[in-house]
Amino acid sequence: MSDAAAPKIALVGVEKSFGRKRVLDGIDLTVAPGESLVIIGGSGTGKSVLIKCILGIMRPEAGSIRIDGAETVGLRRRGREQVMRKFGMLFQGSALFDSLSVWENVAFGLVQGRGMDRAAAREIALKKLAAVGLGPEVATLSPAELSGGMQKRVALARAIAAEPEIVFFDEPTTGLDPIMADVINRLIVSSVRELGATTVSITHDMVSARRIADRIAMLHKGRIVWQGPASEIDRSDNPFVDQFVHGRAEGPIQMEVRAA
Amino acid sequence: MTETLSAIGAVFLAFLAAVGGLARFAVQALAAAASPPYFPRLIARQVLYIGYYSLPVVGLTALFTGMVLALQSYTGFSRFNAQSAVATVVVLSMTRELGPVIASLMVAGRVGAAMAAEIGTMRVTEQIDALTTLSTDPLRYLVLPRLIAGLVTLPVLVLIADIIGVFGGFLVGTYKLEFNPVAYLTQTEQYLETMDVVSGLVKAAVFGFLIALMGCYHGYHSRGGAEGVGQATTHAVVSASILILIFNYALTQAFFSR
Repeated sequence: MSDAAAPKIALVGVEKSFGRKRVLDGIDLTVAPGESLVIIGGSGTGKSVLIKCILGIMRPEAGSIRIDGAETVGLRRRGREQVMRKFGMLFQGSALFDSLSVWENVAFGLVQGRGMDRAAAREIALKKLAAVGLGPEVATLSPAELSGGMQKRVALARAIAAEPEIVFFDEPTTGLDPIMADVINRLIVSSVRELGATTVSITHDMVSARRIADRIAMLHKGRIVWQGPASEIDRSDNPFVDQFVHGRAEGPIQMEVRAA
Repeated sequence: MTETLSAIGAVFLAFLAAVGGLARFAVQALAAAASPPYFPRLIARQVLYIGYYSLPVVGLTALFTGMVLALQSYTGFSRFNAQSAVATVVVLSMTRELGPVIASLMVAGRVGAAMAAEIGTMRVTEQIDALTTLSTDPLRYLVLPRLIAGLVTLPVLVLIADIIGVFGGFLVGTYKLEFNPVAYLTQTEQYLETMDVVSGLVKAAVFGFLIALMGCYHGYHSRGGAEGVGQATTHAVVSASILILIFNYALTQAFFSR
């Protein structure tokens, strides 16, 4: 395989359990450089756990996770920090730091993670805030003073502030009205395109998935049950995908009451 | 019989796992101190929060403790004509035991709970995960500054509590029990040794570390939303209070047993 075809992210046989509950049951997945992969699936199917395993926040019990061809499972602190510099992440609830102002949130990774001068980091933060449609008047506010949609924009600005090679999006439109959800989807597409980054998103919002994805993979009970180009999602001939895309209660997917 | 033994064994193993987990957490956080980056602004903020903002509650507690101590010891000692020992009893009790223990228990309730709630909220809202993705070690950024601040601030707070407590005893001794002020102060100073004060300050440093450790540990490992954060807060205060009392005995034994 040539370097050009080498996957940016490659997962082989990844397994993760919590007690007796097996959340990831042998995940095989690759993401090409510059590709936008969206992982869909119901609540509690292991989407967030999968993304946290790739990020190194959780450690899988078995399997391999390679970033740019290098194994990342079991990396120690220094090695993990090096890999982490390639990542940006937008969390489901935005996860902005309450004790810091908006610009300090956006500049956090630059100042604390990379040792950049605060003044220089502030300039970058203001540019990134402008890129997501927020003016400098927002910069000094506290996250608690912002609406949910504005918090998501700030979280997006923070995720792309250090110009990462790989950006993860965890339920980017959850809790937003349809118009704000579309604004966030467009911002994700435009800012990621500008960066040339590889992205992995997890969502159960099909509108968002269609807007963001080059390729879609469906996760069910810890396994990838279907994957293919986003354009083929409506003719997958997969009963799991059909049920999920059309939002039907009847079908092979039986929703579990307990969370993973 | 087997079921009973296995239940006891399970509890014992869970206890050992908890102690091991706590020790590992403390060692990992302290190991972060071996190399930069350090966060002096965060340490300063915690020192201010733990020390300065705890002064009113610790000061009031120390004042009334010293006053009650003078009253009680006078009542007791007057039964065998040993009233002159009141000043000595007040100063030794405050510096050796009551200053560090009462100040630490108050700080455990005020600061330990707040630490657990703050870090616990950060855990359940994924802010701690966000720190990791921003190439920042949460133990280094959140836990270490609090441990350092607890370690260095409590001795200062306890020294102030000692002084206020002795002053409380002086007020009651001179205004209510009609001791001569000069004689009371002479009596206070006469039998006080450096070790009495130093042992209290060492205890305070240990207690400050324990309060911060329990607040951070329970907050860091909280889960399950608001209820989990509430439980973490309770556990932080209860475990810190119990550890303060246990370590107080151990340190007293270490300092003063002949």
